[in-house]
Amino acid sequence: MTAARTVRVVVAKPGLDGHDRGAKIVARALRDAGFEVIYTGLHQTPEQIVATAIQEDADAIGLSVLSGAHNYLFKRVLELLKEKGAGDVAVFGGGIIPPEDIAALKAMGVRELFTPGTSTQDIIRFVRENIRAAA
Amino acid sequence: MSDKREWEERTYRPFVAKSPERPVRFESLSGLPLQPLYTPEDLEGTSYAERLGHPGEYPFTRGVYPTMYRGKLWTMRMFAGFGRPEDTNARFKYLLEQGQTGLSTAFDMPALMGYDADHPRARGEVGKEGVSISTLDDFARLFADIPLGEVTTSMTINCTASVALAMYLAIAEKQGVAWDRVGGTMQNDMLKEFIAQKEWICPPTPAVRIVTDMIEFTAKHVPRFNPVSISGYHIREAGSTAVQELAFTLADGLGYVEAALARGLAIDSFAPRLSFFFDIHNDFFEEIAKLRAARRMWARFMKERYGAKKAESMRLRTHTQTAGVSATAQQPLNNIARVAVQALAAVLGGAQSLHTNSYDETWALPTEEAVTVALRTQQILAEETGVALTIDPLGGSYYLETLTDQMEAAALEYIRKIDAMGGIVRAIDAGYPQKEIADAAYRYQLMDDRNEKVVVGVNRHVMKEERPIKFLKIDEAVELEQIEKVKAFKAARDVGKVEKRLKHLAEACRRGQNVMPVLIDAVKDYVSLGEVSDVYRQVFGLYREPIIF
Repeated sequence: MTAARTVRVVVAKPGLDGHDRGAKIVARALRDAGFEVIYTGLHQTPEQIVATAIQEDADAIGLSVLSGAHNYLFKRVLELLKEKGAGDVAVFGGGIIPPEDIAALKAMGVRELFTPGTSTQDIIRFVRENIRAAA
Repeated sequence: MSDKREWEERTYRPFVAKSPERPVRFESLSGLPLQPLYTPEDLEGTSYAERLGHPGEYPFTRGVYPTMYRGKLWTMRMFAGFGRPEDTNARFKYLLEQGQTGLSTAFDMPALMGYDADHPRARGEVGKEGVSISTLDDFARLFADIPLGEVTTSMTINCTASVALAMYLAIAEKQGVAWDRVGGTMQNDMLKEFIAQKEWICPPTPAVRIVTDMIEFTAKHVPRFNPVSISGYHIREAGSTAVQELAFTLADGLGYVEAALARGLAIDSFAPRLSFFFDIHNDFFEEIAKLRAARRMWARFMKERYGAKKAESMRLRTHTQTAGVSATAQQPLNNIARVAVQALAAVLGGAQSLHTNSYDETWALPTEEAVTVALRTQQILAEETGVALTIDPLGGSYYLETLTDQMEAAALEYIRKIDAMGGIVRAIDAGYPQKEIADAAYRYQLMDDRNEKVVVGVNRHVMKEERPIKFLKIDEAVELEQIEKVKAFKAARDVGKVEKRLKHLAEACRRGQNVMPVLIDAVKDYVSLGEVSDVYRQVFGLYREPIIF
């Protein structure tokens, strides 16, 4: 009973932003690193993303936002997770996010934020070291 | 033995044996293998007239116009848009004052996806990635005091481009500018949206039908307007190679030609107004070769495949933009150097129009200071360096001509595959270009991760402590202000007229009538961008992307 199941990550593109290069690369890199990955596709509302995470019994949600709408979208996902009793799902993310917004988002409960120039290895390491599969 | 082989054996190899070459990949950014040297032998068996031709003559490899930049410099067109319409209007005026020669409009995500500022799906996104536009009132403020008969405007907008065109023509009319004097470009390239930029409402077939409506309408009524800008830019930014960008862009172009011909239009009635848009990435010669290959390939397709007679139909006129993906967040001032070199490639590649990215764009939309440096970079190239004084100065370079041929051959392979699939719409349905791009993007990232590709300031010549730069922040109040304005504006409209116009639009969509005349009447009665998009959603249904990663 000690063998935990594979960590399951939902990679999601919230909002109207269509820049999915990064999200797809991260989804593939995590999959190649042995995690179970569900990629939501584009243009998801925070409600849809949280519903997917709950339905898929995900351990983490990785949000990719390059539209400048990160403050609203990350906050909304965190709120909805709490509302639905899924506050234990870790939220991390990446995109074009200025340093002061990173500090505020982390204070709000976002576990980690990756900015341009990040290696996929850093993201894999983060998931490996910080995300645990639910029992 | 060939002369080049003799040189290799006599001089080159013995030297390399003693003094090895640097341990780097000798290949182009697209992975084309590069020889140490190109000589006249590489061009043997090729005919100057067939492969190059003189400028302004078929197949236009050396340039689409007889005088190129000796006659008219490329248009310096900086892509701008943020916040409220009046914020962007002020930036437009600033850029024109600084010597910019054309306008280019960036819309925010809600406008690009067919939502008004007051729609719940617009929350957090209003005015962030471009200017917020919902109604004709916003459009009027965007172009206030800008003479639409004199300045050409490019608009980066796609699934809602029909609304933008309708609004633009309505504003021109208000300014007293006849439609046949209005010049400009709608990006309006829906095929590349499905492939790369990913802004859509309805599926490819109805999306292309609306594009075709616009091609037909402008050919008849707005003859100086480019109804579509067939775009490789987003394909490349999404991670394709230069070869894939070239191939998929031309394949998209062929898709529009097929659609317009199926509508019953004659090739020479619309082909002269098809325009293009390419990315200019880091590999200097590969990018120049790409533009030259694109011109030659397009001219041949138009003449040989479609029987075009007019030279204008065969001319691939293109806008270019330096590669956003090549910019780094680290040591952002380094981007000024990257942009300068890329801009030089665009000019030596014979582009008709150029946007130079600002150094701060990995962080935010550009500040006035950053955009000024980017514009000045073009002005320095145009006015100080001498590169615009003779036509196609690199034509005949053994290396460049060989690379041009290689890129053409590799791109034609892709186009043959797409033809065999039944054309680009079928290929998109099958997820083919999407998968090719995702694979290329992943390979590129892995090269980055393994330090196989140098990115100065990121994996080489890294600085521990970086000086932060100032960047533009969009005030959160902009969103609330726009929402209030749109709500008030909608409340003041004649609801009966709005409903009637929406009904007419839905009928035109269902019956296959050209939507443009109906749309122009609709926006004049203040039907909003989101309301038009709702009609498209209802009549044509929503597109669902295949999940490929």
